[in-house]
Amino acid sequence: MTRVLLFGRLSDIAGWRERRFDPTPARLSALKALIAKDDRGLGEALDGPGVRAAVDKALVRGDVSLAGAAEVAFLPPMSGG
Amino acid sequence: MIRLLDQPFDPGAELNRFCAGRTETGAVASFTGIARGEAGQATALELEAYPGFTEAQIDEIAQAAVTRFGLQDFLILHRVGRIAPGEAIVFVATASAHRRAAFEACDHLMDYLKSRAPFWKKEHGPGGERWVEPTARDLADAARWD
Repeated sequence: MTRVLLFGRLSDIAGWRERRFDPTPARLSALKALIAKDDRGLGEALDGPGVRAAVDKALVRGDVSLAGAAEVAFLPPMSGG
Repeated sequence: MIRLLDQPFDPGAELNRFCAGRTETGAVASFTGIARGEAGQATALELEAYPGFTEAQIDEIAQAAVTRFGLQDFLILHRVGRIAPGEAIVFVATASAHRRAAFEACDHLMDYLKSRAPFWKKEHGPGGERWVEPTARDLADAARWD
């Protein structure tokens, strides 16, 4: 089981901020595919320019494994304070 | 130290506390950012952070600034949640032996916070709401330190 968090405009697009996925998809790409299957607009937004992913509060690059991941966050471009 | 606050705070009181008991500091610089009303066009700001991640990212930059500028200490306070015009959004204080390091580190930390820190900002106004991203000026200001 992993917890997926959306921030900024991504949660507006999705209509949710937090959702549990059980079982945890094997890789980040599989998680995104699962999300896109359910909500195409959100799936496209997750692949949009400047959207980063963090696994267990660490930024990741590329298609990482989600084995043992408790939390995956999708972060749109950071806007500063 | 970095703290995210979901309630209004008193920048003057924070500055006094930060300065208290420093016998070897010499210089404290501070900056307070206040939410603008934009003549009625901005009725509120809403700032979202990723608790745990946001503080860790800011702390990483701040620790690098401690080394780069030779700071003795720093305090960063940042509001999250809904902020009304006139309320303080951000407060940065830096302490060093001499003034130049304190001024420069404070300026540097603010440029980072304004453009690269993990916050997502929504502006509420009479015409609805919109997500705000850093301006070209904010990005250019931050790039001065790269």
